[in-house]
Amino acid sequence: MSAGKPLPRIDDDTRAYWAGLARGELLLQHCRDCGYVQFYQRALCGRCLGAGLEHRPASGRGTIYSFSTVYRPPSPEFKDDVPYTVVLVELAEGPRMISTLVDAAPETVGLGQAVEIVFDTIAPEVALPRFRRAD
Amino acid sequence: MRSYAGQVAIVGVGETPVGKVPGRSALWFNAEATRLALADAGIDKQQVDGLLTCPSFVAPFHRMSVAVSEYLGIQPTFSNTVNVSGASAAASVSLAAAAIHAGLAETVVVCCGDNMLSGMTRDLAVKALIESRDPQYEAPFGLLVATTFALTAQRHMAEYGTTREQLARVAVITREHARRKPGAHMTAPLTVGDVLASKPITTPYHMLDCALVSDGGAALVLTTAERARDLRRKPVYLLGAGESYTQEHIFCAESITTTGARISSGKAYAMAGVGPGDIDVAGIYDCFTGTVIMMLEDLGFCRKGEGGPFVEAGHITLGGRIPINTHGGMLSYAHPGLPGGFFHIVEMALQLRGEADGRQVDGAELALCHSLGGGFATNATIILGTEPRA
Repeated sequence: MSAGKPLPRIDDDTRAYWAGLARGELLLQHCRDCGYVQFYQRALCGRCLGAGLEHRPASGRGTIYSFSTVYRPPSPEFKDDVPYTVVLVELAEGPRMISTLVDAAPETVGLGQAVEIVFDTIAPEVALPRFRRAD
Repeated sequence: MRSYAGQVAIVGVGETPVGKVPGRSALWFNAEATRLALADAGIDKQQVDGLLTCPSFVAPFHRMSVAVSEYLGIQPTFSNTVNVSGASAAASVSLAAAAIHAGLAETVVVCCGDNMLSGMTRDLAVKALIESRDPQYEAPFGLLVATTFALTAQRHMAEYGTTREQLARVAVITREHARRKPGAHMTAPLTVGDVLASKPITTPYHMLDCALVSDGGAALVLTTAERARDLRRKPVYLLGAGESYTQEHIFCAESITTTGARISSGKAYAMAGVGPGDIDVAGIYDCFTGTVIMMLEDLGFCRKGEGGPFVEAGHITLGGRIPINTHGGMLSYAHPGLPGGFFHIVEMALQLRGEADGRQVDGAELALCHSLGGGFATNATIILGTEPRA
């Protein structure tokens, strides 16, 4: 990891989410009113606007909905990482999220492959949810 | 349906030199394009009572539209800085038309200029783009804005069998078009092999699948259809418009291969009372080659999944069924940031005026322009015509 990369700017909406990641849990919000499961974390349900949201740990499993291997770093801080593969993961619970793959040769990556979460601690109390192949 | 269809016209267009234009400010690109557009229209600046522009990546003005007005020495009574990222081009024209139709202004300048190439380094430009991603859920993963579009192309390839060669063909065709437009940023002939062999950026996109980074500005003058008839240029009427804002984050998109362009164009066609088969020429926001292929489908020029073969068959080439980006687009004419989409609208106006020398689509009467941004977060479509009714 190179220094100076963007760290998540945590706020009231997302504090529980990042705390979950720091202890090894990927939390999704479940709406008590309409049953909607949402990602990302909000103070209200994106479907019914209800405020009765409950954090529940996700399975951490999903499939690759799409991917792109980045060869040109977005900023100098990412220079040592290229090539890295950005994935759009469809979680088993439904929502999708952006992440990167660890330990996968770019030419072997394909849509539909099973992945599972790994927690990458990048700063004290900050872990990024990354994924590795699970097929 | 209540609308401004046929009530407002583009009566002047202006473009600054594009490409590498060192030493000029973002304000100058706005003002110079506006000066040229007013001269084209034969309208004195004192008659301008509305001005819309977009933010500059380089110049930090908080009220860009007011700064541009001051630079020009005008004091409009309608002004705004429109920012729906890449969709701002078509969206601003629609907003100007709505303001004119509502009586908020009589003569509105819609301009946009920036100096992304000379005013900021390529690294800074790309950094500005990554900082536009969500600071918690996207940026920490090194997500380029280009990567959001790449994710859509990768999935399109998997779902529909679209090939890298078909993507590359878009760049090759629009480069040929740019060679017919004076002053284009890139005019060296290009082959599919060149595109495939260029440096990978974010797969499946390589360097030559991506829009340029340029300097430049464009401006349009809009007024009422009634007033347009007394002016020197052949009026270009605004016949239809539609917008769609489906999500902010790519991971919240219901589909990443069918976009809000289907909604925005559907509204525009309905307002104009025409369909895709009636359109003679189109300007499609071409931030990436695959973007054009997906838009050909969502704008209704071909069926879903058939964009690749449609391009391969030559249908978007000058002389083809629906010529696209006859000026060369952002892949070859110019892409100074937000102004990129405005050149498509200038080009469609020139086509409808019959002034696209060397690249004129014979008898063009109806043109469509589509602007989009943020990995298809934002979409805006306008339909223009030579007559106030299609």
